[in-house]
Amino acid sequence: MSERGRTLEIHTSPHLSSGASVDVIMRNVVLALLPVAGFAVYSFGLAAALTMGVAVLSCVATEHLLCRFAVTPTTVRDWSVTITGLLYGLTLPPALPLWMVACGGFIGVAMGKCLFGGLGYNAFNPALVARAFLQAAFPAAMTSWVPAMASERFTSVPASTFTVPFAAPVYDGVSSATPLSLFKFDGQLTAGGDLLLGLTSGSAGETCALLILAGGVYLAARKMLNWRIPAAILATVALMAWGFNVADPQAYPPASFMLFSGGLMLGAVFMATDMVASPITNAGCVVYGVLIGLLVTVIRFWGGMPEGVMYAILLANAASPHIDGLIQPRVFGTRRG
Amino acid sequence: MLRALQAQRSFAHGVHPPQAKDETRHLPIKQFPFAPVMIVPLSQHIGKPAVPVVREGQEVSRGQLIAEADGFMSVAMHAPASGLVQRIALAPGIGGRMAPAIFIKPFPGSSQEISEGIPCGLDSASPEDILLAIQQAGIVGLGGAAFPTHVKLKVPEDKPVDTLIINGVECEPYLTTDHRVMLEQPGDIFMGIRYLLKVTGAARAIIGVEANKLDVVDALQPVLPDDLPVTVEVVAVKYPQGAEKMLIRALLAREVPSGGLPSDVGVVSVNVATAAEIGRLLPHGRGIQERVITIGGPAIRKKGNYRIPIGTPLRFALEYAGMDEHLSRVFLGGPMMGQALPSLDIPITKGTSGFIAFTDAQTAAQAEYPCIRCAYCVDACPLFLNPSQLGLLARAGEFERMADEFNLMDCFECGSCSYVCPSHIPLVQRFRSAKSQLRKRQAAS
Repeated sequence: MSERGRTLEIHTSPHLSSGASVDVIMRNVVLALLPVAGFAVYSFGLAAALTMGVAVLSCVATEHLLCRFAVTPTTVRDWSVTITGLLYGLTLPPALPLWMVACGGFIGVAMGKCLFGGLGYNAFNPALVARAFLQAAFPAAMTSWVPAMASERFTSVPASTFTVPFAAPVYDGVSSATPLSLFKFDGQLTAGGDLLLGLTSGSAGETCALLILAGGVYLAARKMLNWRIPAAILATVALMAWGFNVADPQAYPPASFMLFSGGLMLGAVFMATDMVASPITNAGCVVYGVLIGLLVTVIRFWGGMPEGVMYAILLANAASPHIDGLIQPRVFGTRRG
Repeated sequence: MLRALQAQRSFAHGVHPPQAKDETRHLPIKQFPFAPVMIVPLSQHIGKPAVPVVREGQEVSRGQLIAEADGFMSVAMHAPASGLVQRIALAPGIGGRMAPAIFIKPFPGSSQEISEGIPCGLDSASPEDILLAIQQAGIVGLGGAAFPTHVKLKVPEDKPVDTLIINGVECEPYLTTDHRVMLEQPGDIFMGIRYLLKVTGAARAIIGVEANKLDVVDALQPVLPDDLPVTVEVVAVKYPQGAEKMLIRALLAREVPSGGLPSDVGVVSVNVATAAEIGRLLPHGRGIQERVITIGGPAIRKKGNYRIPIGTPLRFALEYAGMDEHLSRVFLGGPMMGQALPSLDIPITKGTSGFIAFTDAQTAAQAEYPCIRCAYCVDACPLFLNPSQLGLLARAGEFERMADEFNLMDCFECGSCSYVCPSHIPLVQRFRSAKSQLRKRQAAS
């Protein structure tokens, strides 16, 4: 017999694995985001490409360096920080000064992720932490938009992109307004087709609802995203908007406008579904989604800002552990309720 | 049409590991040869070890009682071969711990005739007589649990049993022993069911099989005895369909209460091989001295189903079946719940349903990653526990909270959570260790 010299491995059961792994899930999310990122570049040109590039680079570099600093193996190979960087880039105004992009990326990953202990321990979606930081620090730059499909978008970048750090950014003549601010401040409604196809101004990756939905469907089909979260968010927003719109069409926009404008679609599909920062049960996910939907609608309708998706998700992230505390699966063989 | 509908019946959640049964499901049960020395541990079951009734140097005949039950929570042992009791000494057990065993050296020239005992007649025996006969035959749950069958059948009088479930699901990958027993021993199974119905007082019996064993349905259906209230029913292929609670849920839509027993919902469930052994042994007054196991897995050359003497050392079994030189992990039972072995000097016992060997290719170690709360485990757990939360609490050492708030003690360690975990967290291992820590703490206080 030839077993001499061979070592028997001892391992506790099960001795089989489904083959699922974190990096495969994360790579698929990146894959689902690529069409959205591609459209951002198509729509806003070089500016969007630079913004997203710097966003990804700053996030990945931050995590890598902090891992080195903490003398632990780098975790950038699990692709999760790439998602953070990409998502973060997609939420930014395309002409944002690049130094601000890098600052936000550093803050988001350092304070939103690494400080909590890295992947699996972040209470908030790090991409939104980064964006929230910029919103607070540079409110003017974060609300300066460039028009979509500008003719010179592949040949030149807006002057603001290369602003020297800490200098006030200079914006070119053509500035633009997002559909949400057009409605909030001027009472103008953007056409539904433009919203769906992403022909409007806005953050780099939030404009094309169709591609975002396609990515979401792909991930949901592969069970890498809990579809109940976006479904609950969108249903809540649609229902509330429909009710108020019927009551007062002048003051409140129709449901279709609410669904396809601003960052709602990107937030509902890709941000709110961050596995770590959302509840673990299906019922909990529905509650969490409804909460986000309510907050988004309240902020958009009655808040000072035209958009509220970011704060709605961050607040719901904070509520997520409490939702889990209240809603646990009904254990087999125990009574309901 | 009805069959197709029936085959959808199942429990909620669960997983679908590759079944890997095709290599052995068609292979008839073959008799396994005697090893040069057989090692019969006195404790092959849950409960108190049996007490030897033979001396070192004594000659025994095959099937002879060699150790008797020590109290109610214990069963008898029988000689697996005619031979000489070499010694009664410590032998390595599955967990690596040494335990007393009877070493028997078979006589090479013996006819190996099985000795007969006092038959337990179906018609003449009372339910109590049958329970005693089952205990004296040394019968335990052959599905792998090795829980004394007579204890399981002793249902409290205030809990009437209406249904006897004969568990022929065999949801563990690789294992095909129950499959073969159902095809080859229908008579024994029906006889066993007669005894079991009489003991439990149940009005009917259901043989439950997974939809991957429709040949069993075709074989059993025409030969079902007219005077026996038994049906064969099909359930969906899903792991762990063979777990008692899951099968009762699938067949009868009844939920065994948390911390309760099947008898709480009027059911007693018995593994099909156990039922077959009862039907095979009791009419002759014999005891268990061999059982059917699957020897398989990628590292085994002569894969098959064997009727193997209890006490056959694994090293002998491996040599007979032939092993791949890249063999790296062997375990008893199926790959989902089986126990990996630290040594090959361990004998086959009554609870051994299979002997599976993997090579390096199947056992590449995967690094553990933090929980990303993907909820795959929550969606897999057949008991609707929250393995993710339990895993975090286990790491924090909060064993009491695991038990009090998150039903740790309900976990029967099916392994579905670890199987699906993308972070490769050894959840079941954590739970097992938490349970044993908890028992220690409770014993200490």
